[in-house]
Amino acid sequence: MAEHQYCTFYLAGHYFGLDVLKVQEIIRYRQMTRVPLASPVVRGLINLRGQIVTALDLRRRLGLADRPDDQEPLNVVVQTEDGAVSLLVDEIGDVLTVPESAFERPPETLRGPARELIRGAYKLDNQLLLILDPERTVQVSSQASAHAGYESATLTKTQ
Amino acid sequence: MNEVVREFLLETHENLAQLDLDLVTLERDPHERETLARVFRTLHTVKGTAGFLGLPKLESVAHAAENLLSRLRAGSMIFNPEIAGALLSVVDAIRTMTASIEQTGDEGDGDYSAVIQTLEQLLEQGAVSSADQKAVAAPAPPTVPATPSEPSPPVRPVATWKSEQPTPTTPPLVTNAASQVGQGVAESLSELVEPRAVSVADSAIRVDVGLLDKLMTLVGELVLARNQIMQFSTSQEDPAFLDTVQRLNLLTTELQAGVMKTRMQPIGNIWSKFPRIVRDLAVACGKQARIEMEGQETELDKTIVESIRDPLTHLVRNAIDHGLEPPQQRLALGKPAEGRLSLHAFHEGGKVIIEISDDGAGIDLQRVADKAVQAKLVSPQQISRMSERELLNLIFLPGFSTADRVTNFSGRGVGMDVVRTNVEKIGGTVDLESRPGRGTTMKMKIPLTLAIIPALTVTSGGDRYAIPQVNLLELVRLDAEQLHKVERIHTAPVYRLRGNLLPLVYLHQLLNVEPSPGQRDELNIVVLQADDRQFGLVVDAIHDTEEIVVKPLQKPLKGISAFAGATIMGDGKVALILDVLGLAQLAQVVTDIRERVRDEQPIVADGDTDRQTVLLIAPSPGERMAIPLAQVARLEVFPRAALERVGGQFVVQYRQEILPLISVSRILRRLRHDTRQNGRPRLRNRQESSLQTQDRVQVVVHAGPHGQVGLMVASILDVVEENLVSRSRPNRPGILFNAVVQGQVTEFLDLETIFRALRPETFSSPQPVGSTR
Repeated sequence: MAEHQYCTFYLAGHYFGLDVLKVQEIIRYRQMTRVPLASPVVRGLINLRGQIVTALDLRRRLGLADRPDDQEPLNVVVQTEDGAVSLLVDEIGDVLTVPESAFERPPETLRGPARELIRGAYKLDNQLLLILDPERTVQVSSQASAHAGYESATLTKTQ
Repeated sequence: MNEVVREFLLETHENLAQLDLDLVTLERDPHERETLARVFRTLHTVKGTAGFLGLPKLESVAHAAENLLSRLRAGSMIFNPEIAGALLSVVDAIRTMTASIEQTGDEGDGDYSAVIQTLEQLLEQGAVSSADQKAVAAPAPPTVPATPSEPSPPVRPVATWKSEQPTPTTPPLVTNAASQVGQGVAESLSELVEPRAVSVADSAIRVDVGLLDKLMTLVGELVLARNQIMQFSTSQEDPAFLDTVQRLNLLTTELQAGVMKTRMQPIGNIWSKFPRIVRDLAVACGKQARIEMEGQETELDKTIVESIRDPLTHLVRNAIDHGLEPPQQRLALGKPAEGRLSLHAFHEGGKVIIEISDDGAGIDLQRVADKAVQAKLVSPQQISRMSERELLNLIFLPGFSTADRVTNFSGRGVGMDVVRTNVEKIGGTVDLESRPGRGTTMKMKIPLTLAIIPALTVTSGGDRYAIPQVNLLELVRLDAEQLHKVERIHTAPVYRLRGNLLPLVYLHQLLNVEPSPGQRDELNIVVLQADDRQFGLVVDAIHDTEEIVVKPLQKPLKGISAFAGATIMGDGKVALILDVLGLAQLAQVVTDIRERVRDEQPIVADGDTDRQTVLLIAPSPGERMAIPLAQVARLEVFPRAALERVGGQFVVQYRQEILPLISVSRILRRLRHDTRQNGRPRLRNRQESSLQTQDRVQVVVHAGPHGQVGLMVASILDVVEENLVSRSRPNRPGILFNAVVQGQVTEFLDLETIFRALRPETFSSPQPVGSTR
């Protein structure tokens, strides 16, 4: 039976996974250079061994509430067509191997920004593992206005 | 040695090695058409160049070989080992001759008639019968040169092939040739012992550009690492470490310069085809032109040379096609019949300047304006308040063309905008200068290289930014006592820089970030150049100049025009690189004509519904009047000292013209007075007594169909867009109508009447007041 491996992490209580082959590395939070006039999703630029990587706030990208100030995020560096991009997440989980049979597409009732980004969910024993599409996740418009409406969170904490 | 000869030798040397291989391949497989064609082409080139360079022996040998090859190529003869042998001996003969040319400058005294004879024999045999050619094995004359200067490569492939495929039909010729070549090698070995000058082929190699690009990237990374170590070393005291850092610094700089140099190409490389283009184009257009070039040796990065090739060609074509007049016309104007086009390249301030000037007719501004209106690129109203410079810049609009007819070469309306876009893409600028009747000069400013640029670092709102040195003019610092020197035109802060008003732009405001806390007891102004405008960028602090490596921004940030990229600074942190042109547009310092057209289109289109942008002025303090913005050329502030009096009238020297000035409140009083007295406006030479006490005069410049006039006002209030629906008839002369602006009834000035009153002589038959619209 087909199986997939996912790099998992937590975001506002939700459990997310990214294809492990797309994840380049996980690094601790580091100071970054903010980019004025950019979308609020863009948190800044970091120097990753001489490479300049854009850091996106995944909470804002998914329309979730902002992270409390005292909580330091982690960088999940993913490889995309546009080079390496860092996604800021709350906490890192394990690399999980899941059977394809447990996968289901998202229901029609899932709306908002998350709709495009979530490919579907794996029904684990005690919770759902939501799978993100890395390419779509890093597609952030350069206009700040594109971010409008992220407060209207469509994903609400259910646990 | 002549550059052309050098090139030829280098190229021939490489081609000969390939020829050896190709001939051997052909011998094995006579039907390799592509290889045959390549051999033919190579020998054809050798023949042609040899003829061009005046090398008769080389030419005749190559010519004989070419004859044979053309027969083979046509298929009327079949390639066989005899032919291979003969052609290989041609290769060797060429090799001997080129070696001789390299050392002594001529072909040497070798006799190659035997080689040619063999070739001709083979040709005849082929002509007699291509079928039984195999039977007639012409003995190969000992044509192989006694002392080839290089060990000949064909030895190995021939030998290998022979040992692997011992074919019984191998003709003796090949063995012959091979052994003779082998002998040549032995002889040349002894010669190698003797010292001789390094040959052209040995002193230059061809390198893949991709490899050079990779090297450049690596050097860029090295520069960054060096910068970081330099920064780190300031906190260290170990002398041995500091020494090493110093050495690393010097070596990196040298390496960077060296690698950059490998990518440098003289601009003459792309200029070399211009004489031909100029000649052909001049003939086609019925013009006479000669081209003068200066500074061909000026070097630029290869990628830049490539990207300015097309823009330059376009400008040269334009100069001939549009710039120069036909000979008769030139003679009539007292110019020599032959037009002159000159290209001049030189280094200036870390940039390369390329000037393309012609001594033609220059650019007819009126025609430019007409064409632009015709092509619906701008509206006539816009034209009326454009400065000369802006009019000239219209030719950079997409879709603009002044050519009355489309020729093969130009006039299709794609052109100058593409030129400008392409040049701007590599961080350069194009400037245009035209003197009517005397010619046009296009000035391109091009950066030397793209990858590593010097940049100034500044801080604003707590963040660091890099500003490319290319755009930097100077730095101005105002301390606490000088802060009052920042003045304001209405809301826009300006600073007088050597008499010119420099608009000031606050970086933190542009970027929409909070300013750094702390009081402002000084002001740091970075004076920048964007297009043809200057502006002052106010930042919190100015730091060093550093060499930075430009790294592109990723997609989510690409659309932000304020940034050109990002870089890694000495402390390892990332800093954004400011895009000066983008900033200027953001701050509206440069009102891009293209954008202005777009912005104003709705106004023009909605002209019927009378939605107008109006300028609100106070003729004297407390008053309020309006002028349609379309009638305003510009707003100026003159020092009172600059005002002069001519015949009872204030004038000011303005843009090389005399601008008559009139106070708005005064002329309205006069008009009223005059109308009452004789029913027609006239301005009498009455002494203007009450000079206002301000030391600066605020002036609205109005450019009408008959010239310009400056309206002196107490202050400029605002610019508003208003739907002028509720109008009423004016109740005094000099007023066009009254309308509600911002909820207040406002008088609209009748500029034409005012103009008429000021300059009655320009109107032959003055019309009654108030009937101008």
